[in-house]
Amino acid sequence: MSFLKFDSLRKEFGDFVAVHDMSLSVERGEFISLLGPSGCGKTTTLQMVAGLLSPTSGKVILDGKDITNTPPNKRGLGIVFQSYALFPHMSALDNVAFGLEMRGVGKAERLERAHNALNQVKLGQFVDRFPKDMSGGQRQRVALARALVIEPPVLLLDEPLSNLDAKLREDMRIELRLLQQDLGVTTILVTHDQEEALSMSDRIVVMQQGDVSQVAAPLDLYERPLNSFVSDFVGKTNILQGKVTDKNVVSVNQIAVSVNTEAHVVGADVALSIRPEKFTMSSDNAGLPVRVKASIFMGASWLYSVESDMGELLVTQPNTGSAGFARGDSAYLAWEEGALTVFGGVQA
Amino acid sequence: MSTEKTPNTPYLLTAPGVLFFAALLGAPMIMTLLLSLHSYDFNLGVQSDWTFGNYAEVIGDPYFQKIFGRTFGLALWVTVICVAIGVPEAYVLSRLNPRWRSIFLLIVLGPLLISVVVRTLGWALFFGGSGILSMVSQALGFGDEPVSLMFTFTGMTIALVHVLVPFMVISVWASLQKIDPQSEDAAYSLGASKMTVLRRITLPQAMPGILSGSIIVFALTASAFATPAIIGGRRLKVVATAAYDEYLSTLNWPLGAAIAVLLLIANIAIIVSYNKLVERRFAKVFE
Ligand SMILES: Nc1ncnc2c1ncn2[C@@H]1O[C@H](COP(=O)(O)OP(=O)(O)OP(=O)(O)O)[C@@H](O)[C@H]1O
Ligand SMILES: [Mg+2]
Repeated sequence: MSFLKFDSLRKEFGDFVAVHDMSLSVERGEFISLLGPSGCGKTTTLQMVAGLLSPTSGKVILDGKDITNTPPNKRGLGIVFQSYALFPHMSALDNVAFGLEMRGVGKAERLERAHNALNQVKLGQFVDRFPKDMSGGQRQRVALARALVIEPPVLLLDEPLSNLDAKLREDMRIELRLLQQDLGVTTILVTHDQEEALSMSDRIVVMQQGDVSQVAAPLDLYERPLNSFVSDFVGKTNILQGKVTDKNVVSVNQIAVSVNTEAHVVGADVALSIRPEKFTMSSDNAGLPVRVKASIFMGASWLYSVESDMGELLVTQPNTGSAGFARGDSAYLAWEEGALTVFGGVQA
Repeated sequence: MSTEKTPNTPYLLTAPGVLFFAALLGAPMIMTLLLSLHSYDFNLGVQSDWTFGNYAEVIGDPYFQKIFGRTFGLALWVTVICVAIGVPEAYVLSRLNPRWRSIFLLIVLGPLLISVVVRTLGWALFFGGSGILSMVSQALGFGDEPVSLMFTFTGMTIALVHVLVPFMVISVWASLQKIDPQSEDAAYSLGASKMTVLRRITLPQAMPGILSGSIIVFALTASAFATPAIIGGRRLKVVATAAYDEYLSTLNWPLGAAIAVLLLIANIAIIVSYNKLVERRFAKVFE
């Protein structure tokens, strides 16, 4: 039986439905990300789990118990808020010790445990600092230590890394994931950053306007998106509109592309999706002829925007140490048939 | 045109304001200070000598000591009651939904739109021996004698609290607005009860507003004139009304000036040391 269950959770604000009947089962120790564009209902969902918002209908079940109507102070969940929400009038140590105090832990023990929690997030020497004297990254860690020290059954994270700079964000991703795995704490992370979701989660829930678009492990989600919204939102992709002209042939701007079309009838309008890194770009006269419109060096790779008879395409190629294609160069694109995904209908 | 800032710009920009204050506030104050250093003769008027005699008289005279004691006692009481009423009021206001909030804010601040004198006269009618208070208490059987709060410490306290509580509300309200509501949610989710959240998280963060509100209310009470003059009258003088009487009844201007200067000094001393205390306590926490 799953550890944490959402059963048709629904939240309406007036006549606006922020979260449509959402169901999800989370296993013990699992790291789940709620991923979606701004305003799709991620925070609303998380707050319903936390108990800070009550659902219009539906249930939250934790470890077999219905906690839908349990107030937040009786749920015992660990929450890291988007703004960190530290207590500005308390030192880092007192911030972390607060939850233990509320649980009636004695002073000596709670200070020791708070100290250990701060050590765990590498803030051992900042115990006496006040939040206003800390950097964003340090505050974020205090918030994490404060949530973890109470040893919550579930950790809820609302975009905890979004206020950090790019480098720190990447470091924290790894740290957070390692910590989560060490502690084995069931975690729900809210993010609109697909890279964050892909790199940290066991499973990702992609949300769109209050609906779940797809739930899948990161690799599955990336390689086998269910629709063009997911494929476009998770990672970069090229979406090409075409028509099935024959069995296993889709015509895109009069160019025949061979692809598995078994789910679609001949004559159907379809969309093809192919990720930029699935192309091989070379000057050998084979494949789709293209002209390089823009060439951007990204360090580990090259990013090209190219023009072809199929339309404009984004292409990434690994940096192999030699100069890449330049603007205006002609080149040829090749790809494997399996790299293409077909979606029905004309989708954005 | 050069956009470079000259170091003089700030001074030039503040010059008109500084001049205005120097002329209209600084000059009379200095003249009052100088006046207080002359002696006064009941037959010859203000003398041209220099003396601290007036100060010695005020400080040494039990009559004036009592007035000063009453004034600061009143200021303290009014401040304490304004905190007790204003803080919950501001908290409730901050929790109301926006439409109700603006209506109630208007009700709270509305009295500020009416002259203090008019409001105090209203209280006088209410408090007087044949006033509403007296009639109600007689009707309820609390006694057959007419009750009057006129010329009482309680009456002054009530009227001043009414006049000054909006300042406390505004000041606390401003600091409540700055609190991140998620910090309350965070405490709540960490197991705190609603009361604990209020006591341990909300109230400490509203402290700067409570403290600055206290300073405003204390200073305004200690130097209040109209309300004590109407409710307290001659029988229950405070420093401001005592100074006024020296000027206008006794015509001993230098003594009146000395009283006024002493009030100013005492007020400044109390507020500055209070502020120091507060800053030392909270500097670590708030910018
Ligand atoms: N109290 C509220 N009253 C009315 N509408 C609300 C309220 N809270 C949220 N909404 C609406 O519900 C939708 C979902 O909000 P939510 O905060 O869950 O978005 P989100 O996915 O967390 O977005 P973001 O990534 O920007 O944080 C939004 O369209 C928002 O405007
Ligand atoms: Mg959000």
